[in-house]
Amino acid sequence: MSQNKTEGATESQRARRWWQVPPPVTIAVAVLLGVGAYTFQYAEGLSYLSADPAACVNCHIMQPQFDSWQKSSHHGVAVCVDCHLPHHFLGKYLAKAENGYHHSRGFTFQDFHEPIRIKGKNARILQANCIACHEALAHDMLAGASNHPDEVECVHCHANVGHGEPAGLGGPWDPQEIRRAAR
Amino acid sequence: MKYTLQKGWSTPVTIAVVLVVAVATALVTALLVNIYERKDEARNRFVRLVEVDEDTTDPEPWGVNFPKQYASYRLTAEPTRTRFGGHGGSEALPEQKIERDPWLKRMFLGYAFSIDYRDRRGHAYMLEDQENTLRLTKPQSGSCLHCHASIMPLYRELGDGDAMKGFEESYAYSYQELNAQLHDLGHGHPVSCVDCHSPEDMRLRVTRPGFIQGIRALAESAAPVPHLPSIERWRAGSRSEPYDPNTDASRTEMRSYVCGQCHVEYYCGGKLPLTFPWGEGLRAAAIETYWNELTFDDGSRFMDYKHAESGAPLLKAQHPEFELWSQGIHARSGVSCADCHMPYQRDGASKVSDHWVRSPLLNVNRACQTCHRLPEEEIKARVEAIQQRNFELLQRSADALMALLDAVAAARADGATDEQLAEALELQRMAQWRLDFIAAENSMGFHAPQEAAMVLGEAADYARQGQVAALRWNEPRTETAAVTE
Repeated sequence: MSQNKTEGATESQRARRWWQVPPPVTIAVAVLLGVGAYTFQYAEGLSYLSADPAACVNCHIMQPQFDSWQKSSHHGVAVCVDCHLPHHFLGKYLAKAENGYHHSRGFTFQDFHEPIRIKGKNARILQANCIACHEALAHDMLAGASNHPDEVECVHCHANVGHGEPAGLGGPWDPQEIRRAAR
Repeated sequence: MKYTLQKGWSTPVTIAVVLVVAVATALVTALLVNIYERKDEARNRFVRLVEVDEDTTDPEPWGVNFPKQYASYRLTAEPTRTRFGGHGGSEALPEQKIERDPWLKRMFLGYAFSIDYRDRRGHAYMLEDQENTLRLTKPQSGSCLHCHASIMPLYRELGDGDAMKGFEESYAYSYQELNAQLHDLGHGHPVSCVDCHSPEDMRLRVTRPGFIQGIRALAESAAPVPHLPSIERWRAGSRSEPYDPNTDASRTEMRSYVCGQCHVEYYCGGKLPLTFPWGEGLRAAAIETYWNELTFDDGSRFMDYKHAESGAPLLKAQHPEFELWSQGIHARSGVSCADCHMPYQRDGASKVSDHWVRSPLLNVNRACQTCHRLPEEEIKARVEAIQQRNFELLQRSADALMALLDAVAAARADGATDEQLAEALELQRMAQWRLDFIAAENSMGFHAPQEAAMVLGEAADYARQGQVAALRWNEPRTETAAVTE
């Protein structure tokens, strides 16, 4: 058959029947959906929508942080999300999505600095949350705006209120390290 | 339904879509397997492929069961160097300390360390380097093997099953004799897994008789040990059983005790069993008191050697890392030896102790930054400032000791007798003990900077008092000439 003729004849049919997917595509998509759904379930994907601290140690990187939170003074009054995520709905899920992306990418490719440290946007969220709960106390200390870049963070001094003991954990060796140490 | 492939999607489009979906499926599967592997690692189990027991001094079978720890343990054969410690670079023997610092050689005249005293290499070389040191040209006791070999099976053999009895006999053997027996029994290994871990469940334990006796004596003393709470608890209890580190100590304490089995001050000569001098406490002056109250079996005064130049009866400090660490802020804050020298590291989703024991300065990220939220350069600069100041004070105290020796030599040339020089020689013993305590200790003062400075300050003061005493050797004795403490 000639290609021109086929294209001309099926143009309108294709537009009408785009959803009539050929069996190989159907099967392939079904497999993808199945594996994807199972992976999501196996990775406890739904738990990340909760506020349960156990969800934060799903991927094990946070285990020392989780352990040290259990030994902290804030253990009884604040869980992970109370300090580490914005308190309003939209900000909370935006931060979850952004951190979730960075964390899963980092843990899968194992390419992040260790010991892990809070910084940037997450440090600002944390600072805002300290003030949100301790507003009555902090009100008189913070004259004016509290978003100045050089403003001292509460946790600079109160380092172990959230994590009761040093929480870090050094990373694995990188291949160059032995050579560097021997030099 | 009337349906054909040609009418719906063209063949190339179908193939392309299937390929894209296949690639996506492959990626999701890869993610699934990755997640599975991490979850598997996090279960933190091990597979006991090989049976190990108390006589398995060869680390290799243990390494089959614990490949991660073994891989890092083997790295202790790597040469490492810092500003003040270690040995870097080649297969050759490390540099001679006694050539770099001639005062060390003069201080040790009459003792084998004046013959051969080099920078140290890693744990992997502890036995080999000891077997090859030129110090063995002088008679050396079998006590040395307490810490340089995986020796417990040999102690059991010597004591017919009782390791403590075997240990107490071992000092009477010559080094060569005991070392030959060690190799004959197949235990010619440097410190090994079994020395710090129970073969049954891998828990930390101490095995060395010298340490067990020493820490027991420390517990029974009144010396303050706020950094070792299990001793304070034992003291407050009934004391019906002697203090036993293996059952009384916390895991954090054990992470220092296992190192304290060897990185300590001790007597390792041939006249007494190996002795850890902790019965009066762990500070330099307390250990000096302990040695001063000790006599040899023939009733003569305890000493490590008689100085070949001055004739003073001297003490030799070994490497009192555990003792100096005990006086520092890290010990007081509950930081154990292993926290800095064998820090935890993440390996995938599991947590392992780095068994490549080395200077934290080569491992600042894992050793320091887990607690100190400072840039690596800042941390290094602070450590180097502490060590440099200690080094300068050390050199200054050494100058003072050399001045004392010069004064004694001049007095001898002018005809001074032992009796007339007695005070100067006693002060040499006191000064040199303190100088050596910090010089031989392997942290250049870092383990307890204020304590190190105090000990070095005392060393310089006693050395200058001794110099004055030697200069006045022929003046009449007065009541006030007594040593000021």
